[in-house]
Amino acid sequence: MNGRIRTLRPALVGLIVPVSILVAWQLLGNAGVISQLLFPNPSAIWQDFWRLLQGGELASHLRISVLRALGGFALGGGLGIAAGLLVGLFRGIERTLDPTMQMIRMIPHLAVTALFVLWFGIGETSKILLVAKGAFFPLYINTFLGIRNADNKLFEVSRILGFGFVKRTFLLALPSALPNLFLGIRLSLGVAWLSLAVAELLGSTEGIGYLMMDARMLGRTSTVFVGIALFAVIGKAADSLVLAIERRALRWNATYKGQ
Amino acid sequence: MTTHLLEIENLSKRFERQGGGVQALQNIRLQAEEGEFLTVIGPSGCGKSTLLRIVAGLDADYEGEVRLAGGRIAGPGIDKGFIFQEPRLFPWLTVEKNIAADLSLRDKATRRRVSELIELVKLNGFEKAYPRELSGGMAQRVAIARALLRNPRVLLLDEPFGALDAFTRAHMQEALLDIWQTNRTTMIFVTHDIDEAVFLANRVVILKPRPGEISSIVPVTLPYPRKKTTPVFQDLRLRVLSEFEKIEEVAWGESGAGI
Repeated sequence: MNGRIRTLRPALVGLIVPVSILVAWQLLGNAGVISQLLFPNPSAIWQDFWRLLQGGELASHLRISVLRALGGFALGGGLGIAAGLLVGLFRGIERTLDPTMQMIRMIPHLAVTALFVLWFGIGETSKILLVAKGAFFPLYINTFLGIRNADNKLFEVSRILGFGFVKRTFLLALPSALPNLFLGIRLSLGVAWLSLAVAELLGSTEGIGYLMMDARMLGRTSTVFVGIALFAVIGKAADSLVLAIERRALRWNATYKGQ
Repeated sequence: MTTHLLEIENLSKRFERQGGGVQALQNIRLQAEEGEFLTVIGPSGCGKSTLLRIVAGLDADYEGEVRLAGGRIAGPGIDKGFIFQEPRLFPWLTVEKNIAADLSLRDKATRRRVSELIELVKLNGFEKAYPRELSGGMAQRVAIARALLRNPRVLLLDEPFGALDAFTRAHMQEALLDIWQTNRTTMIFVTHDIDEAVFLANRVVILKPRPGEISSIVPVTLPYPRKKTTPVFQDLRLRVLSEFEKIEEVAWGESGAGI
């Protein structure tokens, strides 16, 4: 029992700030200090959330949003890891490919969104591609960095052990890059989620972003807040999941964990 | 045709640098027999590590002939085990997986050999430990087991106990002799510690620096286990030491009292 409380405590500490804000918000709202039109009370937002949930609307919007985010993340992230691996392992490919990659990285999302909509319409393709573009770069850069941070002395060991290219890649380069890879996954998931919001807010007929845009035009501020809260909570949940996997996978890593 | 396990003929190696080169090795002629324990000793800069790296196939840029079991050494491989001064274990693998490295522990024969080697290097109970949980001596024993699993024709050791404290070092020397007497693996052991060289070897090869040449070879016929405190051992030690002083006089023009 005691041990369980101890493992829960860090999570509870993280709740102090958001819960305090919600309580203050509710109290100020009740006192009439802030406008209900611009800042509906947390209780009103909760009621709205409950209404959407019961109507079944929320589930279908959420489903399509999550599918888009995961699809885009898998596509962009997968390509990011593959490209990062190639560029990390071969200096020739780095010289050929990396400058172009860095240029594409600097193109703003909103700029390509217009093009994607022009090319692919406002269907699923353009949204998944936009999410993929966002998810690609954090994993591309971090996979590359992870491989280049690998200990050169271990590569000498791999020569002594007679590793060929495949073994060197999968038994040495990739595991060495694992800490960076996890960082890349967390950043990529975050960007994928943000890109999804951009894609859905700009033109869509379903999804959480559409729900928010629709609510804004109808002046239902509480629904906009429901959308914001969903993005925050689901994003954080996904991040925590990756973090938990990372802790397990990187048990071997003897780096400084803070005081 | 003579049948030495290792044959080195007229081996020379030059490092070219800006503003002149350094003759690291010059006309080295050396043979090692199957099952022999050879130690190579010399002051720093005498090319002893370079010699070992050439035999390992890590450095292919040399003049002369280096043959292992009749074949010219073309590159690194599992027939030439190599122990570096640092253990160079894969930090993300447990002890048993480090020993197996690219071989699968699901293979029954490998599994059995790995257990035998863990027994041999006395790491029972640490099979599932990660390298960061091991002491320096234990980690080095894992590295030795990793090399032995591949049944090398020759095990090359480059000052493997140089980073260990005196007690651990003495203990490791005995452990290595145990392993050698059990496995009869041919050993070539580079060190700058005279006690260590005499304690371990069938023959002590003394190198002198600038250029790296064999100064003399001292056979050690004392039976194992040896005691460093016996008068015979001390006599041999003095003989190697006096060879050293001669080298120092030639190299520096003064007595080598600093050794």
